[in-house]
Amino acid sequence: MHIDKDLVAASATPLVLGILADGDLHGYAILKRVGELSGGQLQWTDGMLYPLLHRLERNGWVTARWGVSEAGRKRKHYALTPAGREVFSERQAQWDVIAAALKQVWDSLQGPTAHGPGLAGAFA
Amino acid sequence: MSGQAPAAPRSGLEEQITQWRRWVLRRSTITADDAAELEDNLRGRVADLAAAGLDDEEAFLVAVRRMGNLDDVSREFAREHSERLWKQLVLVPDTPVEGSGRRRDLGVLVALAIGAGIAVKLLVASGDVEVFLLNAAFAVLPFLAGYFAWSRRLPARVAALLVGVTVVVAVVVNLYPYAMEAGTTVPGTTFVLTATHLPVALWLLLGVAYAGGVWRSHTRRMDFVRFTGELLIYFALIALGGGLLLALTLAVFGVVDVNVEPFFEDWLMPFAVPGAFLVAAWLVEAKKSVVENMAPVLTRVFTPLTLVLLVAAFVALVTGGPLAAVDRSLLIIMDAILVLVLALLLYSISARDPLAPGRPFDWLQLALVVAAFAVNAVALAAMITRIADAGWTANKTAALGLNLVLLVHLVGTGWLLWQFLRRRGTFDAVDRWQTSYLPGYAAWAAVVALAFPPLFGFV
Repeated sequence: MHIDKDLVAASATPLVLGILADGDLHGYAILKRVGELSGGQLQWTDGMLYPLLHRLERNGWVTARWGVSEAGRKRKHYALTPAGREVFSERQAQWDVIAAALKQVWDSLQGPTAHGPGLAGAFA
Repeated sequence: MSGQAPAAPRSGLEEQITQWRRWVLRRSTITADDAAELEDNLRGRVADLAAAGLDDEEAFLVAVRRMGNLDDVSREFAREHSERLWKQLVLVPDTPVEGSGRRRDLGVLVALAIGAGIAVKLLVASGDVEVFLLNAAFAVLPFLAGYFAWSRRLPARVAALLVGVTVVVAVVVNLYPYAMEAGTTVPGTTFVLTATHLPVALWLLLGVAYAGGVWRSHTRRMDFVRFTGELLIYFALIALGGGLLLALTLAVFGVVDVNVEPFFEDWLMPFAVPGAFLVAAWLVEAKKSVVENMAPVLTRVFTPLTLVLLVAAFVALVTGGPLAAVDRSLLIIMDAILVLVLALLLYSISARDPLAPGRPFDWLQLALVVAAFAVNAVALAAMITRIADAGWTANKTAALGLNLVLLVHLVGTGWLLWQFLRRRGTFDAVDRWQTSYLPGYAAWAAVVALAFPPLFGFV
């Protein structure tokens, strides 16, 4: 499924912060996690993750440190900072409001259209 | 890193990755560290795809595709790291700027430089030194603003506003009835204050044109700071070279007994000085990618030296007996020291990668802030009581006000730097404080230039 660009951009920051809230990760692992979480539906352009991570770092929401991968190569790991955790809970609250509102819209639409009036009546 | 790949089938992949890395590194907004990060991603993706059954070749191609269009990615890096963007003229390499565009740019600039020369010449021809001093900035800066308006396609509304403000200010300062120093034809202090503060206010107004009207943008303001620093250096270099050339020419004509001095004074200088200024501005605009910025390199040299100077000044002030000669000249010296310290800070901050962790140089800068603060505090404490006794003249008020404006900037920078070095804050905060504070200088300069003469009775 194609997901609208603006929607991907808007959800990128809370997704990354949320994934990092679970533990430190390197860039590619974050991308893989995004894929898993969305059942492969949400596919970011790999390269675009890094400028985003650098922006989060500049804002002081994540810290980065260079480590070594299993293959012995340079690898950068990202970790959430206390400030990042705060931002994450703010974002979470915001998205909860949006998700709840959307859900109500879906429900009110789906009631009559998806099941038809008869079924809806039967459920009531 | 790539040469000795052990297994034969892998060497092809290594070769491809090496080529890919080179290709990535050709983009000047992507650093070696960024490339290493991207490469780690690429390798991870290739390994996963290979594990899923693709051969190396296919896996590499898919992984590169997943990486996205490198032009887009490097543009995104540039947006995030504006200090890198400054170093390069075009966002994406391999799209050469058409030569004709560059030439037309230079043509417009030369025309504007000649315009500025004519304006300065007219001012000199008026024969009135006061008129010249008061209006020199009005004769040059609008032409530079015109260049920015042209090259950045400034919105008409912003351009009209800038022209309006400039015209009103020019009329007002020229209509002020400045008093002369008692019994002489030397203008009084309010005239000097207006003539010295006006160019600063106008320069910051020029920043609006430089930013293409987007003057609220933090990155545009920082670019203007960088531009100012580089411009000063270029102008100084051109002035040095030009001065040497003039001296040699004068010497040669002196040998054959031809006096060219009147020609130099009446015609060459009025055109050469503003011309050099505009050409310097054009060079800063055009060279960005050619050389590394010079201002930050100079700050590296002068930061430790200035720290030594400040410590010596502090010792001298504290141990040198009562501050007998504390008057406005000491205030002015203090202001000059603060300006120097802030310029050093500003230019190294403007070139610093905000993501880099704290370094010894940052501590050195913090030491510089603390030393400047200490020296200034000692001098100020001694002066304020004296000024209060002797009364508030325009000059002392202006010098003291500037001192306070500078001090607030300095203390803010020091505090944020300290927070950053203790890992309580980000360097981004230090960065943003600099640009948020710039309008403060414009406001203070405008107040001194426009409000002080009437407030102090034009003396």
